[in-house]
Amino acid sequence: MMPDLGKYASDVLAAYGITFVLLGGLIILSLRKSAKIKKRLKSAEERRKSNG
Amino acid sequence: MIRLLLRDLTLALRAGGGFGLGLGFFLILVTLVPFGVGPNSERLAAIAPGILWVGALLACLLSLDRIFALDYEDGSLDLLATAPVPLEGLVAMKALAHWITTGLPLVIAAPFLGVLLHLDTDAYRWLIITLLIGTPALSIIGAFGAAITVGLKRGGLLMSLLVLPLYIPTLIFGAEVVRRGARGFEVTTPLLMQAGITAGAIAMLPFAAAAAIRIALR
Amino acid sequence: MASIWEWANPRKFMAWTDKALPVIAVAAAVLFVAGLVWGFFFVPDDYRQGATVKIFYIHVPSAMIAINAWLMMLVASLIWLVRRHHVSVLAAKAAAPIGLVMTLIALASGAIWGKPMWGTYWEWDPRLTSFLILFLFYAGYLALWEAIEDPDTAADLTSVLCLVGSVFAVLSRYAVNFWNQGLHQGASLSLDKQENVADVFWYPALVSLAGFVLLFIALVLLRTRTEVRARRLHAIEMRERVQG
Repeated sequence: MMPDLGKYASDVLAAYGITFVLLGGLIILSLRKSAKIKKRLKSAEERRKSNG
Repeated sequence: MIRLLLRDLTLALRAGGGFGLGLGFFLILVTLVPFGVGPNSERLAAIAPGILWVGALLACLLSLDRIFALDYEDGSLDLLATAPVPLEGLVAMKALAHWITTGLPLVIAAPFLGVLLHLDTDAYRWLIITLLIGTPALSIIGAFGAAITVGLKRGGLLMSLLVLPLYIPTLIFGAEVVRRGARGFEVTTPLLMQAGITAGAIAMLPFAAAAAIRIALR
Repeated sequence: MASIWEWANPRKFMAWTDKALPVIAVAAAVLFVAGLVWGFFFVPDDYRQGATVKIFYIHVPSAMIAINAWLMMLVASLIWLVRRHHVSVLAAKAAAPIGLVMTLIALASGAIWGKPMWGTYWEWDPRLTSFLILFLFYAGYLALWEAIEDPDTAADLTSVLCLVGSVFAVLSRYAVNFWNQGLHQGASLSLDKQENVADVFWYPALVSLAGFVLLFIALVLLRTRTEVRARRLHAIEMRERVQG
């Protein structure tokens, strides 16, 4: 399954690894912030409605 | 406008430190470098143009936050903004005052500090010329940085972060001219580029800085 | 006849992105994975560069996104300054961290590629240096957003900074070129010179580029939606504070 990367295996894997870590982190942070703000906005909207 | 310039100059003189601060920093930096890299005169001569330029740039940066911060704190910036003087002109005068109190002393001091770093004899005139052309750009870019961070808490550090990348082109061409001058190469192209950057910055940045001040005072 | 500016109305924006975002996100995921799997598993080794050629499937797309994200921020900032569309400036704010990360990826993958090829992780090559400078610009832009409390003031000042920064970024690019003639190979993967690269390498590059572009769009939309909501939340909270 694993392709033969020859003597550059560690370099190629490191490059892909860093990319996935950074992009994954960015995506997770974006999603988490999105969920957090969504929740807070929802509760704020409800408060606003109940207070008139 | 002239009054504004004179006012800023008097204030800088009375407060003291206006002239001294940047100059002192420049002197200390240049003194420290040989301790760091060793007293080998050839090595010092090789890095002298770069050190002198970077030193001048950092010394300039040191006094930037004074440009607008004091006037903002005591409210005179609001008065000046509503005065029948264009805000762009005010920015230009402020930058000019900063240049006279900081840039000009640096230009005068640089050759003497060049001696400490064994700068090549041929390079002296290029050092003076590029600093003379380049430091006004440093002042006006700095005025823009000061304008965009005016009224912010801990604005000084943020301003350095914003201003330093904008200094890169001026630094590159300035140090390049001195380096080439030291080796006796042709210097016209980088010199013209640097002059172009300075002219462009003086022409455009007062408008951007004035816009930033209007937004900050809103 | 609906004007295109209607797309920037916050409510409309939320409505159409609500439908479009899942589609774009799925397409982005598919193309991204496909491009990288193709590039990683099925591309033959280059006769000169060996397996390191595979690094280009992340290096080149991330570098292109890093530059174009700044362009997008510039356009969005201009739209904000001229037409005062809130969504526009929020999109610029949303794009900045993505651009920052892409710059970082381009720098890191470039450094890793450079070690076996040039024998050093870092070389003051014009393109590398330009990306380092671009990184500083992104950092400054984001720091300014963080530092200003009032959202509209922050939007205005960061937009002005983005404009001025763009001019100086271009200047730096030329200055750096002048300062050190580089060892980067020419535009081997740019669209107008595709004959330079053999098809085996070219098609997966296109796929992974498309994947990166869609990923960028999906992330921008997601983050912009978050920012729109955050702005609304801020407004409600301010009103509550005023009322007591």
